[in-house]
Amino acid sequence: MPTCSCNDWSRSRLLRSAAAQAGQGLPAIEAGMPIPAGTGLTRRSFVSRTAGLALAVYGAAGLGPKALEEGIAAAQAAEPSQRVLVSIYLSGGADSLSILAPTEDTRYQQLRPNLRVQPGQGTPFSEDPSLRWHPSAGGLASLHNQGKLTVMPAVGYSDANQSHFTSRHFWEVGDTNPGGRWGWLGRFLDRTGNATNPLQGLTIGWDLNPTLAAQNVPVATVSRPDDYEFVSPDVWNTVSEPMMDTFGELGNLATSDPGLAYARGAVAATGRLRDQLAPFQNGFTLPGDYPAGDFGRRLGALAAMLSAGLPLRIVAVEADGSYDTHSNQAADLAERLGNASAALLAFQSDLERRGLSDRVLVHVWSEFGRRPAENGSGTDHGAAGIGFVMGEHATGQMVGEFPGLASSQLDEDENLRANVDFRAVYSSLLEQWLAVGADGIIPRASTVGRVPLVA
Amino acid sequence: MTDFKKVVPRPPLQPVPLVQVPTRPTGFQLPSPVATYKGAFGVRQAERLLWRAGFGPSPGQAAAFAGMGLHRAVAALTRPTGGPTFTGAAPTDGEGPLAPNDVWGHEMLWWLDRMMRTNQPLVERMTLVWHDWFATSLDGVSQANLMLAQNDLFRRYAFGSFDGLIRDVTKDGAMILWLNLSENRSGRPNENYARELMELFTLGADRGAYTEDDVRDLARALTGFRYTWSSTLGAHDFRFDPTRHDTNAKTIFGFTGNFGWEQAVAMCVRHRLHASFFVDKLWGNFIPTPPSAADRAALERAYVQGGFQVRPVLEAILLHPQLHTGARMVKPPVVFLAGMLRALRRSVDTIDWVWLSEHAGQRLFMPPDVSGWDDEHWLDTGTVGGRWRLVQYGVWGRQIPASAFASYSATETPGEALAAARAFWNDPDLTPETVSTLAAFASRSVPANAPFYEVRRLRAMRQNALRHLIYSSPDLQVS
Repeated sequence: MPTCSCNDWSRSRLLRSAAAQAGQGLPAIEAGMPIPAGTGLTRRSFVSRTAGLALAVYGAAGLGPKALEEGIAAAQAAEPSQRVLVSIYLSGGADSLSILAPTEDTRYQQLRPNLRVQPGQGTPFSEDPSLRWHPSAGGLASLHNQGKLTVMPAVGYSDANQSHFTSRHFWEVGDTNPGGRWGWLGRFLDRTGNATNPLQGLTIGWDLNPTLAAQNVPVATVSRPDDYEFVSPDVWNTVSEPMMDTFGELGNLATSDPGLAYARGAVAATGRLRDQLAPFQNGFTLPGDYPAGDFGRRLGALAAMLSAGLPLRIVAVEADGSYDTHSNQAADLAERLGNASAALLAFQSDLERRGLSDRVLVHVWSEFGRRPAENGSGTDHGAAGIGFVMGEHATGQMVGEFPGLASSQLDEDENLRANVDFRAVYSSLLEQWLAVGADGIIPRASTVGRVPLVA
Repeated sequence: MTDFKKVVPRPPLQPVPLVQVPTRPTGFQLPSPVATYKGAFGVRQAERLLWRAGFGPSPGQAAAFAGMGLHRAVAALTRPTGGPTFTGAAPTDGEGPLAPNDVWGHEMLWWLDRMMRTNQPLVERMTLVWHDWFATSLDGVSQANLMLAQNDLFRRYAFGSFDGLIRDVTKDGAMILWLNLSENRSGRPNENYARELMELFTLGADRGAYTEDDVRDLARALTGFRYTWSSTLGAHDFRFDPTRHDTNAKTIFGFTGNFGWEQAVAMCVRHRLHASFFVDKLWGNFIPTPPSAADRAALERAYVQGGFQVRPVLEAILLHPQLHTGARMVKPPVVFLAGMLRALRRSVDTIDWVWLSEHAGQRLFMPPDVSGWDDEHWLDTGTVGGRWRLVQYGVWGRQIPASAFASYSATETPGEALAAARAFWNDPDLTPETVSTLAAFASRSVPANAPFYEVRRLRAMRQNALRHLIYSSPDLQVS
């Protein structure tokens, strides 16, 4: 969820509030605010024994649990080593001028009297010595130095929309169209995906990532793969273990009453499944280099799921915290960027240790960058921002260039201009990594250009 | 998700909602065309009745009902006078008052609150029966105001005439949108409502009650509904427009005439196979095993001769020996949830109940499809986990907190611990084998050789665990 620190409202709360103001619930949203892709898709809970996951499945309302279970098993058997694309969202608009900073630029020093990265701080950017990594972005610098990180210093689109919701929506649907209803990766799955395997488009989080909203095939969310857990408030360790054993025993008691026998049978099955899922529960330990927090935990779980052979194709994860740093940017950005870049580095290392790095590519995006001129302790919404592609098959070569801060180089709102179009990035990922033509997935794909992302 | 680490004030204990009990003489008897239960009507029988015909007993209520005897107890449920009253704190979503027409999930909380605070529980339970019977979903209707208007309609007909109910359901805005009645126009009929009216609402499929020709001509008889849409009001002003109605002759169930929509609906209710469908379906909401052929026939006669009134059939079902001595029945998830909140004397105070209830298998106002919930398969490995979490969130703020472990009893015996946990839930019905299993847990979870600095902490956790286990146990999922 992007949070707008200007008023501390989450996106869901804005939508709720907008719906309330519309008077009739849905669908009218505040003027100009697009409805997130996938709104209105059916959502069902489903525990997959094959995958060992408690899922929420979106779409494909006609499929029963048996069809989904069989779909997952069939996909797992048929496509054990497909290429995987991971879409990672930095919510709120990450400040590109802090992540990769032109520390020697006098214009930068003028625009950022308080918030600039100082010359000598951080690590130099090997492809352009006038830029330096933020001191908290050591993980990204390390990945870049290993040739596993492609940097796009000014990605976006012309006439950038500076609303979180609208610009995020454009990125999600892969088009500057407020009326888009399906995510760009959802359209990829509609084109190439499977009618019964919801794991092909997996959001690791609470809610469907709109990027993955598909019209014709099922997709799923899992909040954490250790979700099939049975928690009891204020009961721990030496008592909780016999407690859960007792729960299973209550299910195994004999009875001649058919209603009670049915209830006990379901409880017994629940106890057995909980045992079967143990590898993803408490026995599931992350390698030590993941940082604390949901993001690192989710990436670690993703590596474990891939390692277990689950039939994943497209995965969406949101990094922890908001990058909407209107105030207190120095501390907030350092904390979030440090967490995200450490998690990305740990994920890449984890994939390599597990022998999976050959088939996973990660794309990192944010809805916009931030205004070059600081506002005091923070920065306001900008236009072009920074993006990354990470993986063994990333080119590791900068795409585009640092766009420059002279007045003549900024746009009419005094924001950075994009020199790489986000739709060119999407089209290139589709064609170079997922081996499918972008036509019909990205609108007007033939006109958006391509950039080299995959080696 | 509630953050258990956050220090949140303990939800205050709410006053106990009672059932309104008009004065009736001791020997009061309700009429019934079938056998009535003659055995002892004690606390356990009253408890089952309150679960089947409501949302479980609030503290002390089962004993009060047992004191009334069966007939007065049933009449207290089926014959309320005047409007309902609601005891205890008004519902919130955790942040503020509800806006059921406007805010996602609030419509569910609004109804859940009525279920647990009303003094006329069977009115709400019958509203739930009709919601499942005429299953309409907010997913298709998209306007909570229309869903709530339909909910009021169901409530008004809780015990009334099924003939009137089905007539009013047919012209209900949510239903008109849900089953495309507004797209059913002269010259381009849409059969959706006509088919479900017979298949799911009045007659049943594969019983030889109707043909595909009947579906087509019934649809033509139902042409003419429309509404107005505006950006401020959404769909509104649902009405019958004679210019959209097909005025040609129709043949339905072998009768030919220029039937209008009210005649068409009335013909379904008067069909020779409607009464048996109605009796079986209503019965199935309260008793898990079907009625005998003789009992079904007697109930059908009472239903038809009574002018399609629901109450006499309902009273006969609630008095029937099969309800009181027959097999147990799984509580629907929202019934389980509302009953748990009643037992806990906790008000509706968080939006979490919406998704928690969905995980347990029942999101109010969003049945899976027009056939309603699958009432025979409430429990599976997903929904059992969902019910565990309902209890987990329910007891939150009522458990012994870690901060109080150090002052918990150092001497509580396993037997005392189990008795205290049962009392916490107002002593619900548990089978002897479940009690033995819980007693064994109570013994082994606090080892005799536990070190002195652990004896209080382990006993406090044992108490918390027993409470969670009791309400999550298979015994509590059924009544």
